[in-house]
Amino acid sequence: MKTHYRIAAMALLLLLIAVGLLRSAPGVGATATAQITGTVKLDGPAPHQKPIDMSKDPSCAQTGGGTQVSTENVVVGANGGLANVVVYISQGLTGNEAVTPSQPATIDQKGCQYVPHVLAMNVGQHLTVLNSDKTAHNIHPQPNPAGGNAQWNKSQTPGSSPLDVAWSNEEVAIPVKCNIHPWMHAYIAVVKGPFGVSNQTGSFKLDNVPPGTYTLTAWQETYGTQTQKVTVAAGKPATADFTFKAK
Amino acid sequence: MVGKIFAVVLVLITLATAYCVMAHVWWMPVDISVHGPKIDHQLEETILVAGLLFVAGQLVLAAFAFLYGGVGKKPKQIPGGAKPLVIFAFVLVGAEILALSFIGSKAWGAVYFEAPDPASMRIDVQAGQFAYYFRYPGPDGTFGALHPDLMNEGTQNYFGLDTDHDADAKDDIVTAELAIPVNKPILLMLHSKDVGHSFYVRELRVQQDFVPGLNIPIHFTAIKTGRFEIVCTQLCGLGHYNMKAYLSVLSPSDFDDWLKKQAAMQ
Repeated sequence: MKTHYRIAAMALLLLLIAVGLLRSAPGVGATATAQITGTVKLDGPAPHQKPIDMSKDPSCAQTGGGTQVSTENVVVGANGGLANVVVYISQGLTGNEAVTPSQPATIDQKGCQYVPHVLAMNVGQHLTVLNSDKTAHNIHPQPNPAGGNAQWNKSQTPGSSPLDVAWSNEEVAIPVKCNIHPWMHAYIAVVKGPFGVSNQTGSFKLDNVPPGTYTLTAWQETYGTQTQKVTVAAGKPATADFTFKAK
Repeated sequence: MVGKIFAVVLVLITLATAYCVMAHVWWMPVDISVHGPKIDHQLEETILVAGLLFVAGQLVLAAFAFLYGGVGKKPKQIPGGAKPLVIFAFVLVGAEILALSFIGSKAWGAVYFEAPDPASMRIDVQAGQFAYYFRYPGPDGTFGALHPDLMNEGTQNYFGLDTDHDADAKDDIVTAELAIPVNKPILLMLHSKDVGHSFYVRELRVQQDFVPGLNIPIHFTAIKTGRFEIVCTQLCGLGHYNMKAYLSVLSPSDFDDWLKKQAAMQ
C-alpha cells in the first residue's frame, strides 16, 4: 500500500511541476493579463517653458507656421495632468512579459522638433527615425557610457530614408539631441516589459501585465522618478496614480 | 603654328580675366562697417599688384610661345642664361610681398590693435557645435558667471547661467540672433564651448577664430541697417556647413524693441 501512495504522490508532484512549467513557459500566456492604468499629476505651478528661437535655420522657422514653439521639459495639460511621463515596471518582472513588440517604435523630426518628445520602447525593439523636414538633421543619442548602450551620431538629409536602430540595454532615459539645431531635445526610455507614457491629460496605461506584484516607476525628465507597489490580479485591471511636486 | 595659337588663346584668357577684375564683375559684397574701407583698400592693392604681375607674366609667356614655340622645334636659349631672370623674378616678387605685408600690417593694426571705444556695447558670443548663441547683459549691464556644468540645451540654458542664485545672470538675455544698433560701437567677446570655430560676416569685413579656452574680443561699428549671415569659417565637425546665425543691424529704436521682446522670451 505504501508504495502505491508513494507512486501517487510522485505522479501528483510531477503533474504539478509540469503544469507549473507550462504556465510559466513563454508564449503560453494563456493566463489572463491585465491593464494597469493611472494618471500622473503635477502638484504646483508648471515652470515657465522658454520659447524657442529657430531663426538660425529659416526652413525651421517656416514649418512652425508662425506659432511659437516652446521647450517641453514640463508639459501640463488639463487638471494638472503631467504629460510625457514614462511608467514602467522596474521590479517584479518574471521575464515572461519581455516579448519584444514586432512593431517598431517611431520618432519623427518635424518642424525642427522631435515628435514625440518622450518615447518609450523595449530592449531590442526596432526604432524608426524619420525626417519630415526640409532641412538636414543630426540625431545624436547620448546614452550613459556605463549603461552598455552605444552612443552614435547620424545625419539625416531631407528626403533620405528612415534610420532603423535598436537598443540592447535598459536605460531610462537616453537623451537625444540634434547638433545642428541645439534646441531639439528628446528622451528615449528603453525598458523591459510593459510600459506606458502619459498623454496630455496625464493618463497612461500598461497593457498585458501578468498577475503579480510589481514596483512601478514613473520617470519625468525634470522631476526624476517615483515608485509605488502595485498588485495585479488575473484579468483585473489595476490602477496607480502618481503626483510629482513642482519645485 | 601651335605656339602661335597657344599664345593668342593665353592672351585672350588673360585679358578676359583682367577685365572681370577691373570691371568688378564678381566683386566684394557691400561693406557695412567703419573699418571696412581699410580692409577693402588692402584687398584692392593686393589684387592690383598681384594682377599686374599676373598679366605681365602671362604676356611674357605668350610672347615666348609666339616667337619660339611649336612642335618639334629645338628649345632656344635665353640670352645670358636663365639665372639673372630667376634672380630678378625672386627679388621682384619678394619686394612685392614685403610691401604688401607692411601696408597690410597697418590696416590690420588699425582694426585689431586699436582699443575698443569705451562706450562700446558688449555682447557675448558663444560658438558650439553647430550653432551660435548671443548674450546681452540686461538692464544691470553685468554678465552673470558661466557654469559649464549647468549648460543644458534641453532647457535652453546654452551659456550655463545660474539664474536661481546669480542676480547678475538673472537679467541676462540669451538670443539665437545677433542684433545690434546701427552706428554704435560694438565689442563682441567670443568664446567657444567646444572646439575651434570662426566668426565671419562678409559685409562687416570681420573674421575671427574662436580658440577653446580663450575669450577673444573683436570690435566694430556697423553703419548700414539690414540682415546679414553669420557663418562659421573654421571646419568644426559634421554639421559645420550648417553652423550659422543672422546679424540684424537695426535702428536704435528697433533695437530697443527687439531687445525688449527677447527679454520677455527668457
